[in-house]
Amino acid sequence: MSNILVYAEIRDGVFKGINAELITAANSLAQSTGGEVHVALIGNGLDALVEEAKKYPVAKIYKASNPALAAYSSQGYTAALEAVVGRSSPKVVLFGATGMGKDLSARTAARLGASLFTDCTELSLEGGNLKAVRPVFSGKVYSTVVAKADIQMASVRPNVYAPAEGAGSSAEVVDVSVDLAADAIKGKVKETVSLAGGSKDITESEIIVAGGRALKSGDNFKILQDLADTLGGTVGASRAAVDAGYVSHSIQIGQTGKVVNPKLYFAVGISGAIQHLVGMRTAKVIVAINKDENAPIFQKADYGIVGDLFEVVPKLNDEFKALLG
Amino acid sequence: MVLKLVALIKNVPDTEAKIKINADGSAIESQGIKFVINPYDEYAVEQALLIKEALKDDTTVTVISLGPDRVVESLRTALAMGADEAIHVNDPAFEGGDSQANARVLAETLKTVGPDLVFCGKQGIDFDAAQTPAAVAEYLGFSQALIAVEFELGEDKQTATVTRRVEGGDEILDITLPAVVSCEKGLNEPRYASLPGIMKAKKKEIKTVTLADVGLAAEQVGAAGAKSDVTGFQPLPERTAVKIIAGAADDQVKELVKLLRQEAKVV
Repeated sequence: MSNILVYAEIRDGVFKGINAELITAANSLAQSTGGEVHVALIGNGLDALVEEAKKYPVAKIYKASNPALAAYSSQGYTAALEAVVGRSSPKVVLFGATGMGKDLSARTAARLGASLFTDCTELSLEGGNLKAVRPVFSGKVYSTVVAKADIQMASVRPNVYAPAEGAGSSAEVVDVSVDLAADAIKGKVKETVSLAGGSKDITESEIIVAGGRALKSGDNFKILQDLADTLGGTVGASRAAVDAGYVSHSIQIGQTGKVVNPKLYFAVGISGAIQHLVGMRTAKVIVAINKDENAPIFQKADYGIVGDLFEVVPKLNDEFKALLG
Repeated sequence: MVLKLVALIKNVPDTEAKIKINADGSAIESQGIKFVINPYDEYAVEQALLIKEALKDDTTVTVISLGPDRVVESLRTALAMGADEAIHVNDPAFEGGDSQANARVLAETLKTVGPDLVFCGKQGIDFDAAQTPAAVAEYLGFSQALIAVEFELGEDKQTATVTRRVEGGDEILDITLPAVVSCEKGLNEPRYASLPGIMKAKKKEIKTVTLADVGLAAEQVGAAGAKSDVTGFQPLPERTAVKIIAGAADDQVKELVKLLRQEAKVV
């Protein structure tokens, strides 16, 4: 079969934004295979989410609802997805390259003997097989890979595909029953702790304002937060700023932090060590603000301002506020 | 009940290494690359050692690495940090494997150890696939807790509470052992090997495991067992030259906003 199945991620009852991006990718692949686009919804009591999924251009929605699946678990969701795959007969299964998507895809691929590519930035079909481009060596180079198993899976980075438009499809809804033995789930989420202020995770942000050691203190990150708030973005940091204790590792960008792919990236007081660059250089537009005109970051930036960040950033915030406020 | 702990480690190019693609784009040039223990795997070794030290019983830490001859040095380092035993999984047939082929070999090796907890890095910083931990857990039927930033063993030594870092926050997991736990920066501070530790490590035997020992067919491992082909490598696209905006701060800011809106069209 040549169907394309999208695993639709749900967190805290919310149909995640990445799902619409995956549906775009799936439709583009389905055009080559001549198959249908299917969506897998896994959880408990999914009616509202089925309605949400129906807004998108998909042919079938497979719904695996079970009280044992109310909270995410690797083992429970792997069993559920295995059951959905059995019904959907996909050639390709797509996941978001998120904590959940990577956890589930790796286990399911091992179970099904499927090919799996992590963190893809480009997907296509070659001779009927899934071909992907993905960053390797911490983003220092890209590799091209071609799948050869019967079932072929990929996790796709956020912000790679434009979200599908809600066209109001008349998707068929298929209930999938999942047999779960009482002791089948040996590990599950007990609690989730959201980031302070419920702010978006940096990997999901379209606009990131990142600061380095030149910010000099955690308090000074407020000027970045103000600019991020004005633009609807999120604050990030270099390893130097995290190691100095200014901000938490959860917002570190780079080799030992997160890899981001936003539309707009501000590197403020960040010199641009290779370990940082590998985490952000696929950003569509990079703005560097730095005192040192020789900072390596300027070689990777699209726009540069040589100047005092403590003067430039607040002014930039005022200027955007006046325009967008 | 005495626990058996395992740390899986692999060798990767040093974070500072310049990655060069060969002339026809088919491979990465390995010449001149310094290989080190994958940074995330150091947290795995440390976590196993911390548990052993806290339990103060006969808990053992075995460190396992799949790779060519050069990984022996990394195994010695882990022994010098305090691991009790080391296993080197090495056979020409294992070369060129993807995450699943390698995970299969590691899972079979682990069966001979019978671990309660397997720690490893959240991903290797070479191919960044982040698939081996879950695949090993699946092949062994273990529970999994990936991207751990906190780990607490239950008093019964049969459960653990793990905090994993995901986008948007932390997830706190309750898991039942046996389990695979993949480690993220922040979990602990890996120790340096002490001089006595280094001396002791030199004398320890490193066991070798080959294809015959794991009982898998040659088609299941290495390049033959891989589910995909790497067809090439490409450099990152070069950016066009930076536009440096000169002038007083007020003018710089106005010009930048104009460029972002009108030229780049991102705001």
